[in-house]
Amino acid sequence: MSNFSVAQHLNPKLFSDDIEQVPNRHGYGEGLLEAGKKNSRVVALSADLTGSTRTSVFADAFPERFVQVGIGEQSMASVASGMAAMGKIPFIASYAMFSPGRSWEQVRTTICYNDSNVKVIGAHAGVSVGPDGATHQAIEDIAIMRVIPRMVVIAPADVHEAKRAVLKAAEYKGPVYIRLARENVPVVTTAGSPFEIGRAEVYLERDPEHKKTVGIIASGTVLHNALLAGKRLNEAGIGASVMNLATIKPLDTGNILAFAEAHDALITVEEHQVAGGMGSAVAEFLAEERPTRVVRLGVHDQFGQSGEPEELVAHYGMDAGTIVATAKKLVE
Amino acid sequence: MHYLTDDEVHSLEQKANEIRQSIIEMLVEAGSGHTAGPLGMADIFTLLYFEVLKHNPQDPFWEERDRLILSNGHICPVLYATMAHAGYFPKEELLTLRKFGSRLQGHPHKETLPGIETSSGPLGSGLSQALGMALAERIDNVYSTKYFYCLLGDGEIDCGQIWEATMHAGKEQLHNLIAIVDRNGIQIDGYTKDIMPLEPLAEKFESFNWDVQEVDGHNIRAVNDAIGKAQAVYGQPSLIIAHTIPSKGVDIFERDFKWHGNPPGKGPEDRVEKGEQARVALQKLRTLSGTLMTSDYE
Repeated sequence: MSNFSVAQHLNPKLFSDDIEQVPNRHGYGEGLLEAGKKNSRVVALSADLTGSTRTSVFADAFPERFVQVGIGEQSMASVASGMAAMGKIPFIASYAMFSPGRSWEQVRTTICYNDSNVKVIGAHAGVSVGPDGATHQAIEDIAIMRVIPRMVVIAPADVHEAKRAVLKAAEYKGPVYIRLARENVPVVTTAGSPFEIGRAEVYLERDPEHKKTVGIIASGTVLHNALLAGKRLNEAGIGASVMNLATIKPLDTGNILAFAEAHDALITVEEHQVAGGMGSAVAEFLAEERPTRVVRLGVHDQFGQSGEPEELVAHYGMDAGTIVATAKKLVE
Repeated sequence: MHYLTDDEVHSLEQKANEIRQSIIEMLVEAGSGHTAGPLGMADIFTLLYFEVLKHNPQDPFWEERDRLILSNGHICPVLYATMAHAGYFPKEELLTLRKFGSRLQGHPHKETLPGIETSSGPLGSGLSQALGMALAERIDNVYSTKYFYCLLGDGEIDCGQIWEATMHAGKEQLHNLIAIVDRNGIQIDGYTKDIMPLEPLAEKFESFNWDVQEVDGHNIRAVNDAIGKAQAVYGQPSLIIAHTIPSKGVDIFERDFKWHGNPPGKGPEDRVEKGEQARVALQKLRTLSGTLMTSDYE
């Protein structure tokens, strides 16, 4: 038996085959509705994807605070900026490929440069979008958002974390980007799990007896794969820990530094290009502060393609098997 | 609305001339920037800041103010000059335009200068912001008497985002949204009719459920009357197509698209010479009420 430990607040079914599976975008609808009840200044905008982004939950409850802009993501970003200038807290939602993919300049100039209190929700991010194919699989969004001054970047792991991120974003003053995914993913956290913008959490602590150690840092819906890999590695005699780095910007440098110091090497996992994503952010920081071996798992300068979500995640090397194999190679 | 007396028109014309002089001084000192648009829009900016707008230069964040959103940010010399003349900040500061540390950035930045409603420069996004402001206001107060003025260049109507916003504003029937397009017929690469023909512009906006008027942009009384009519429109946003002469007031620059994106003169010596010529031209200018009613260029 391996003696690793898992954070108390996580789903008790974390390693069960019957763990609940829910798309994390559902957390957006729930969080937005609650934020709207708490604060009448919250408004929601949609560019013809009201149902699948779950904005519909808010639109049904508060039709007078919902704006349908049609298929116009560029205008949506700037309309939101105008509404924020009048004191509103606008949430704009579409698929990440279109918003912020198509509307990057409007997000930069009319939202971030103005320090507008606008929240950008990019749904259907990652290759796990599946059969729709590469046109709809945003795997560059973290890079283009985190490079803009002031923009906060969050990739929630599951439905609960997405809801909490939305509620925190509504309270936070300034631009926030939240990336969500289309598919069912295992519910890793619980309604009681803590969440703070800018705070990383270690969800799985390695078996202290193991001599060889590796730290796995994951963002977004691949977190469950990282936890599965962490379990298997500890059982195989490698001391693997797993950190949930939901906020990619601002980076929790204190916790990342401590995590790097506690392990021989690090692996980062994200459904994103390895260039410019969360792994890049971690590697950039550590290269300056504490040079550490960091292997980044994600998409390597390629476009996605059609397929089933699970097979695509495995094909591009973000599944538990690839994480385990990468870790073994790294410490042996 | 307020009908202007002859004396009031004359006084506004004189103020516009002073603002044109400030624009020339700023651009000569800066050594870069746009000349044609600012000079061409001096009459309209003067009318807005000295007659039309509900605003308070001593309290730029006054909640009840009308909002003026400059979408074509590159004509900011006229915005800065008018604001300084209206009392938002000392006129001496105009000479810091485009210099390091200045509040008068090359393109306007909301955070550095109180009274600037949005940062702009990348073209085509102002109309969306103005409509967002009007929408937010309607949520809070359907009987609002605030107006949201969006100033557009004609070249930027090429941008797709303008049409996203035009369609959206028509759908929302935002009667307190008033857009004024500077129809000067030029853009940086040439005449609008050659780069991307816009006509029939009025019909295009009308077909998107906008109320449209055309006016001589140098006839202050006519523009004032048009804004008054636009304020009275119900159930539709309004567009005022203001026909202007690029670089109006300085005959050596007028109507030539090469002054769109350049300061007066190439190099310091040329700028001193051209600046002097411009000053003389403005001193000679007796009235700014032109007779242009249809575009010379299309």
